Amino acid sequence: MLNITVIVLLFLGLFFFFAGSVGILRFPDFYSRLHPAGKLDSMGLLLTMSAMALYTVGQWNLGAFLTAIKIMLIVVFIYITSPTATHAIVDAGVRAGLTPWIRSDKGTEHDLAA
Amino acid sequence: MDTVFLYSGIFLALVMALTLYRAIAGPTVLDRMIGVNAIGSKTTAMLVLIGLIYHRVDMFVDIAIAYACLNFIAVLASSRYFQKKKGLYDEPQRD
Amino acid sequence: MNDSSQMGTTCASSSSSAKNPARRRRFGLAFWLTFVICMATWMVLSGLFDAFHLSLGVISCAIVADLNARAMWLDVNLGRTLRHWGRFAVYVPWLLIQIWRANLHMLKLTFHPRMRQLINPRMVSFKSRIDNRMGLFIMANSITLTPGTVTVFTSVMGRFTVHAIDDVSARGLPGEMEDRVARIFED
Repeated sequence: MLNITVIVLLFLGLFFFFAGSVGILRFPDFYSRLHPAGKLDSMGLLLTMSAMALYTVGQWNLGAFLTAIKIMLIVVFIYITSPTATHAIVDAGVRAGLTPWIRSDKGTEHDLAA
Repeated sequence: MDTVFLYSGIFLALVMALTLYRAIAGPTVLDRMIGVNAIGSKTTAMLVLIGLIYHRVDMFVDIAIAYACLNFIAVLASSRYFQKKKGLYDEPQRD
Repeated sequence: MNDSSQMGTTCASSSSSAKNPARRRRFGLAFWLTFVICMATWMVLSGLFDAFHLSLGVISCAIVADLNARAMWLDVNLGRTLRHWGRFAVYVPWLLIQIWRANLHMLKLTFHPRMRQLINPRMVSFKSRIDNRMGLFIMANSITLTPGTVTVFTSVMGRFTVHAIDDVSARGLPGEMEDRVARIFED
């Protein structure tokens, strides 16, 4: 039962990681690439880490509990620092004067350089 | 269960290789930084997975904590560094 | 959040120290709170509970707490801090649900074959009524973590500039989240 929960959470997290990578590859410009990089990766990390913490807790001793607490501490740390890192990158982009990609209804896409 | 963790690690490595394309071919420096940051956050999960495969989670989780801190500081420092060099952003569009 | 926030920090600390200099005692409540937090982190991270490692922890946590206590707590008020943490603990599950919904929305956008017709990126700017720095920090981080929005710029006065990925997420700003963040720090 525990193993099934762990496997489901782990595969869901890996799917979110995969979606984050595809999003980083597919989105049209620098600003919109930050959306999958900041959100889907954090979600994938939360799911995979909670799966691994759950698997570690399954051994039922003090060391395993401390390890699980450490793993969840990594998740809390990532959830505090990941928006800050995203903000630092987007702030550098704004100060460099990158213009956001805007959808043009005529079908021609002018990108960053336009 | 070890087999599940092993194949999850292999899949995670393939996903990281996918992100590596953005880190190599991204049109601007900041795109490369996004790619490197995404690889770093996947590496944190990867380290704990390696610990589970080798049955030494208690050791590898400390490395994962240190790597998470290092990744955050690296992104902050590089974004502070590159925002001063305005000429770097005008790389040609490649696709 | 960089230079403007630092400016806000120095202003707030100088004004609070001018108001009540009695709070800047050496081994006050701020010191002990920082010490307890550091010691808990030490015990979780080391995992060794013999006398030698615990005494090492007490020494290093005392040094760190003495150096950093006045930077961590500008004016310490135990009851208010506990109330804030309690309300923040109520806010976190709501935020997790919002993050989950945001991720499903993002997932749909990512794997949509005609994604470039679906998204409509734009910069949105709005004025928030949150007036303390911790609330602004939580608000900015929550905006970055939830539906299709990334905080671009935050000023100390509460002006937000946000990059939204499509129409749905741009319309939802500032929305319910601002009320909930303001409710954490309302006294």
